[in-house]
Order: sequence, then structure tokens, then C-alpha cells
Amino acid sequence: MRSIPTGPRPKHLTIGRIGLYCFIFVCAIFFLMPLYVMIITSLKDMDEIRAANILNLPKELSFYSWPKAWSQACTGFVCEGLKPGFFNSVKITVPSVIVSVGLSALNGYALAFWRFKGAYLFFGLCLFGAFIPYQVMVYPLLKIEDALGIYSTLPGIILVHTIFGMPILTLIFRNFYASLPIDLFKAARIDGGNFIKIFLYVIIPMSAPITIVAVILQVTGIWNDFLLGLVFAGRDNQPMTVQLNNIVQVDYGVAEYNVDMSATILTSLVPLFVYFISGRWFVRGIAAGAIKG
Amino acid sequence: MSKFRNIASIIALLPMIIISLTVFIGCIIYSFIYSLTNSKLIPVTNFVGFDQYERLFKQRKWDVAVENIFIYGFVFTIGCLIIGFLLAVLIDQKIRGESLFRTIFLYPYAMSFVVTGLVWKWVLNPTFGLENSMHMWGFSWFQLDWLVNRDLAIYAVCIAAVWQGAGFVMVLMLAGLRGIDEDIWKSLSIEGVAKWKSYLFVILPMLRPMVVTAIVLIAAGVVKVYDLILALTSGGPGYATTTPAMYVMENFFQRANLGQAFAASIIMFISVVCILAPWAFYEFYIRNKYAAN
Repeated sequence: MRSIPTGPRPKHLTIGRIGLYCFIFVCAIFFLMPLYVMIITSLKDMDEIRAANILNLPKELSFYSWPKAWSQACTGFVCEGLKPGFFNSVKITVPSVIVSVGLSALNGYALAFWRFKGAYLFFGLCLFGAFIPYQVMVYPLLKIEDALGIYSTLPGIILVHTIFGMPILTLIFRNFYASLPIDLFKAARIDGGNFIKIFLYVIIPMSAPITIVAVILQVTGIWNDFLLGLVFAGRDNQPMTVQLNNIVQVDYGVAEYNVDMSATILTSLVPLFVYFISGRWFVRGIAAGAIKG
Repeated sequence: MSKFRNIASIIALLPMIIISLTVFIGCIIYSFIYSLTNSKLIPVTNFVGFDQYERLFKQRKWDVAVENIFIYGFVFTIGCLIIGFLLAVLIDQKIRGESLFRTIFLYPYAMSFVVTGLVWKWVLNPTFGLENSMHMWGFSWFQLDWLVNRDLAIYAVCIAAVWQGAGFVMVLMLAGLRGIDEDIWKSLSIEGVAKWKSYLFVILPMLRPMVVTAIVLIAAGVVKVYDLILALTSGGPGYATTTPAMYVMENFFQRANLGQAFAASIIMFISVVCILAPWAFYEFYIRNKYAAN
């Protein structure tokens, strides 16, 4: 794959190329407008929001909506802002990512190197599992967790994220390991490596690129999840997305759009941060996980 | 040795096998069995045949949900494909600031559906949003009251979704465009074929695998749309933008009508299988068959 277009860049600006740039700028404006509106709205006070154009820059910068969204905004009777949600999301995301990526690497390795009966059926099952709508599984899964006594707990939601993440992650790891030279594996076996030893000392050190992809996929996916957090996390562990929705969709009182927008920005900071620092890796991550439920 | 091999891989795969079998298949069977009962608040085994399905198809709300999912699916898929392909072609024109534009077009994909919904809810706010801006600029005829308009609200959902997802299609298409052989471009320019014609009639057909993949990924996501609509319209006005996924969740958790929810979720599941089966058949059967010949 070429990463950049080949050939020289045209020297002269023709009418066609001016049109091209105009069009691309219009598209860029469409894509940037919501982000722009989000940021400037969060920096206005309510009087200005009511009186002025949504697209105008704030006349006076007001920062009070930011701390309010972080630690004081109300959801129902509780007024603690998004802060608890942020820490809940961290508590959910970190273990879920570690467990699901670790287990999937092991599964992918087993599927790629140790042939066994029914491997292809299993492979198909994984693909199939990645596509099933969550709605079909939410209620029965809730019953299982209830029976296990972990429904509405932190381990409960972590387990759910692990279960739903594993099919697609297993496939990603399997495809990566299947592309490694098989001779390497044979050599390790002649040297006396067993299943686990080869995994630990040969496979894991070579897994960095695919692990980055898997981690990006899981971090953004779990951070952005709403449905599973809503159903399985329970009141005490509600992730940031659920709390954000509760803050913004209040049925009573005066809506504070600047606080809403600050809260929205705060919620998307983590995935945006991942996106901006990971660049190309992000693209590989989302492309790999695009089918996830 | 071979015995050890198999046992070791089975041990490694054990968690995965338990999870896949019990959760995925078990949950679907569970949902199907209880969709044949008249369960209300709790699952009971009082079988009533296909009554729940019959009732489901008579519900006006379900009709609206299905109609919405078709509108949304059609507009969103076509919108993403056209805009995504167009953006990929534009980016491929040796433009300045290519990576900046790519970043701009893709960043919405890092945002969660909840954030996407809330941002567009604010931008399209009938009192303070873009409509108001246009009025302030003197375009008093301008109307953008989609969120409160029963017939148009679903298209507001489509706009938000296309904004979020078009960048992803662009990335897929761009990867395809960059994979096209330089010689094809050379021969096209020697033949004197206009650039837009080359893209539309030569290059696009060559990207068919990418297009098919994009369509399948988008379509499988369409069936599940939930948090975006919850954040943007909460299914309203009335139930004008409700979807099958919302119908299922509502009957599970608010209306305590489990039988209906199970029946609706099974229909969702069947539709995903109907989308996937022909594609999977083509990808894994037909293609392999021809590859083998």
C-alpha cells in the first residue's frame, strides 16, 4: 500500500484544483462545525447562549461550566458531576482491556498454531459472535450474572466487556499469528518449548504491533460503550457515557447548555486523546474491530 | 506429543469455549424459548406459541421502528458510501495538508454515539441552534426544525450518523485507492479518459471488495442503533424515531413485557443473520471454491 500519492504534486493551480480545494474545505467545515460549536458553547455563559448566535465566538470567556460539569452537575438528586463517572470508566476500562486482550492473545495463538479438530467451526463461531446484536444477549446474560451474584457490580461489567470483546480480538490475534513464519514456531518446539513457554518467550515479544491495535480498539470501544454500562454496571459503577446522558437529559430545572457541552467534551477526551496520539494505529484498530456489536 | 498438544490447546481455549457456547448460543436459545411464552415482569414458562410475534407485528410502534430502521439504514449506508468515497478520492488528489484533512474527517469516529447524539441535538436545537443562526443572518425563511418534526426527525439521526461514520468509509476506500496499480492510471491517462470517468467506471468497480465490506459492516451496525437515537431524540417526538433496538430495551426494562422484548430481539437477530449469511457465503465459500480451481 502506498502511504502517500505517487508522482509530483501539480505545480499550477487550475480552476479544477481551486474547485477541489473549495469542496474539501466545505467538507472540513461540516466535519469541524459540531466540535467548534461544542467548544465555544462551553465557554459562554447562559445569557449569551440565549441571546446570541450559536456560531458566534464568545464575547467574554467564561470557564465556570467546566468545573461545574466535572464535579457539580446534577443527575437526579445527586450533584457530583462527571467525576465519579470518569473514575468508574477508568475502573471498568483498565481491567476489561487487560483481561480481554490477554485471554484473546492466548486464544488466537492456540487457534493459529495448534491445529485441532473443529478449529474452523470455532473460527466461524467467533466471527458470528462478533456480529450478534447485544440486545439478543443482554437479558439472558443479566440472568446469568444475577445467578452468579455479580450483576450490577464492577466484576460483572468487566466480565461482560471481556465476553463481548473476545470473539473479535481472538480473530485479530489469530490472523496476526497465522501470518508469522511457521518455521520460527517449529524451531522453538525443537528447542523443547512447550505450549505455554513458546507463548511467553517467543510469541508475546513479537506481538507488540497487534497488541497496540487490540488495545486501541478495546479502550475506545469500552470507553464509548453506553448500553452495557447502563444495564450491567449498576448505579455505583455507572460509566461516564451513562452519567453524561443523565446529566444532559434532565427532565426538570433549567437546561444549562454550556455545562452540557463541557460534559460532552470531557467524556470524549479520552478517545480523542487515543486518536490523536495513535494516528495510523487507530485506523488499523477501528478497521479491525468495525464489526463489534 | 500429539495428545499433549490437543489437551494444551483445549485448556487454553476452555474459557473461550465456555463463553462462546453458553453466552452466545445459550442466550439466543434462551431468548427464543422465552419469546414463545407470555412472560411479563419475570420469565415464566407459560407457552403461548407464536402469539408474541403475532402481537409484535400488529404493533403500530414496531411498524414505525422497522420503517425507521429501513430509512436510517438506506440513508446512512448510501450517505456514508458516497461521502466516504468522495472524500477518499479528494484526499487522493495529491492535495496539501493531506494528513490534516484525514484527521479532520476521521475524528468523529473516535467519539461515542452518545456524544455524537448530544452534540447534534444542540446544533439542531430548534430554538438556539443553526436555524436561529440563519435567522440572525437574515435568512428568515430557513427552517431546520427536524428534531421536533415527526417526519424529519429520523433524517436528523441520519445526518449525525453520517457525520460520525463517513470518515471510516473514507479510510477503507483510501486504502483501496492506494492499493491500485500505478500502471492502470498510466494507461488510463494515455487513453485520455477523463479523471472522473476513470474513478467512476474503472476504479470504483475495482474497489468492489472494499465497498462490499463497508456495506456489510455498516449494515450490521444499522440494526443495532440505540445510543445515538437515545441521546439525540430519545425516540421522539412521540415515538417517531424509535428503532427495533429501542423497542427491545423498552420492553425489557421499562414496560416489563419480557415476552415481547424476546420476540423482537429474535427478529433483530434473524435480520442480522440475513444480512451476514449471503456475504459470509460469498466470502468463505464461493471465493474459496474459485481460488481452489
